[in-house]
Amino acid sequence: MTKGSPFSGRSQKDSDRTTINVTDGTLIPLRNEGHVISAWNISFFGAVGLLILLPFVSPDPYLRILSFVPDGLMATFAVTIISIFFALIIGLFAGLGRISQNKTINLISTIYVEIIRGIPLLVQLFYIYYALGPILKLQGPPAAILAMSICYGAYMAEIFRAGIQAIPKGQMEAALALGLSRSAAMRRVIIPQTIRVILPPIGNEFIALLKDSSLVSILAVSDLLRRGREYASTSFRYFESYTVIALIYLVMTLFFSRLVAIMEERLRHNGNVH
Amino acid sequence: METYIEIRNAVKTFGGTVQALRGVDLSVKKGEVVLIIGPSGSGKSTLLRSVNRLERLDSGSISIDGESVTDEKADIRHIREEVGMVFQSFNLFPHLSVIDNITLSPTIVLKQGKEEAAVLARKLLAKVGLSDKEKAWPEQLSGGQQQRVAIARALAMNPKVMLFDEPTSALDPEMIKEVLDVMTDLAKEGMTMLVVSHEMGFARAAAHRIIFMDAGQIVEEAPPETFFTSPREERTRRFLEHIL
Repeated sequence: MTKGSPFSGRSQKDSDRTTINVTDGTLIPLRNEGHVISAWNISFFGAVGLLILLPFVSPDPYLRILSFVPDGLMATFAVTIISIFFALIIGLFAGLGRISQNKTINLISTIYVEIIRGIPLLVQLFYIYYALGPILKLQGPPAAILAMSICYGAYMAEIFRAGIQAIPKGQMEAALALGLSRSAAMRRVIIPQTIRVILPPIGNEFIALLKDSSLVSILAVSDLLRRGREYASTSFRYFESYTVIALIYLVMTLFFSRLVAIMEERLRHNGNVH
Repeated sequence: METYIEIRNAVKTFGGTVQALRGVDLSVKKGEVVLIIGPSGSGKSTLLRSVNRLERLDSGSISIDGESVTDEKADIRHIREEVGMVFQSFNLFPHLSVIDNITLSPTIVLKQGKEEAAVLARKLLAKVGLSDKEKAWPEQLSGGQQQRVAIARALAMNPKVMLFDEPTSALDPEMIKEVLDVMTDLAKEGMTMLVVSHEMGFARAAAHRIIFMDAGQIVEEAPPETFFTSPREERTRRFLEHIL
């Protein structure tokens, strides 16, 4: 590196610019953290170990808690999976809208993304359940799913937009030059390539949504957290109940973050998803 | 011979200031091979990309076989079906195998059956010397092989015109010939071709006419033999000194 040149300082600064990449707090293990004593291994196997050990050591209340919460676990998964499904659909269309050449569609999509990302999820949940719920005749679970889908749809839209814009311009040009319509080019050329780029961030959104789904416990949805709360409030075993709930969430998010990391690694190495 | 591509007073400005085309007139006859050369920024690629409307002109008109390209109401997709294009960076679809790259547009746009399209694709792969690569992925091919697949992909639409935008500029020297050979064969078969390239070997072997562009205008045009031996314009001479 040459020192003193009027340009080197600037370019050096540019190349040294650090990217701070923080995903939603999930511990994505790095490839070089392959050894046994990694943060992920300690957290994951520690949590699993405790969940197995505690009911053995003191079945009351741990075994009771564990047998009380599976319904809630199912509800948590149901809310998460249904919400992510609708969020993906909303996100795809809003993301396409964000890059649309039609000014109206573009504006509507951008306003949607800006508004939703500017309001906390908890406020959105309250708004849809308490403010709109009586008007739309929404029960707890549908209101929860609606709010989560709309909220995460906005974040998904940004992922789709970024993914589509990451595809080189020449791909669309080549498809158009072959006589494909813009929408056929999108469906057959651009989107399939986008999938590869956006799978890891979508995985991270899934994990974030799984955690955020605990918020729906305030909307009369018997999810994992609410079941824990129900047990705690009847047994007064607050410490034990919430310890188990926390451990279950931890095991789930660590498990899925590992899956996302493996997927990311595979995509990087194979280059293509065939 | 009849005029096939007709470009009239083409003007294109980028970003309000950069004048890429400043009134270009050009007509190309059926079966003619026209090579466009010129320094970078001379507007040659913009001119080529205007022919299938990847760039829209600010003013002026272009027509192919009497059909307007520049008219807002033109059926541009239909025109693009008949105008094949080959890019500097190949632009193969990385998520599709070689044969799927070639059959994609014929099956969607021309509604060919999968088998019918595959039979034609294999013929074209044989023509560009890549019969054994039908199942390969683009990333497994060399640059020269990728560009030959790109030519086969364009030919699969049975185009009446082929546009080449610096087809060999991104290639290592030893791969340039294999691409130029395919292009020369195509020229000999009577394909109408508009080629932006500085490949003088191809110019001598296959081009009927050389166009020299500079600063958004056509400076000089002549058949290859006179163009290289006795250029009229001073600017042309200076440019040729640099590339020959």
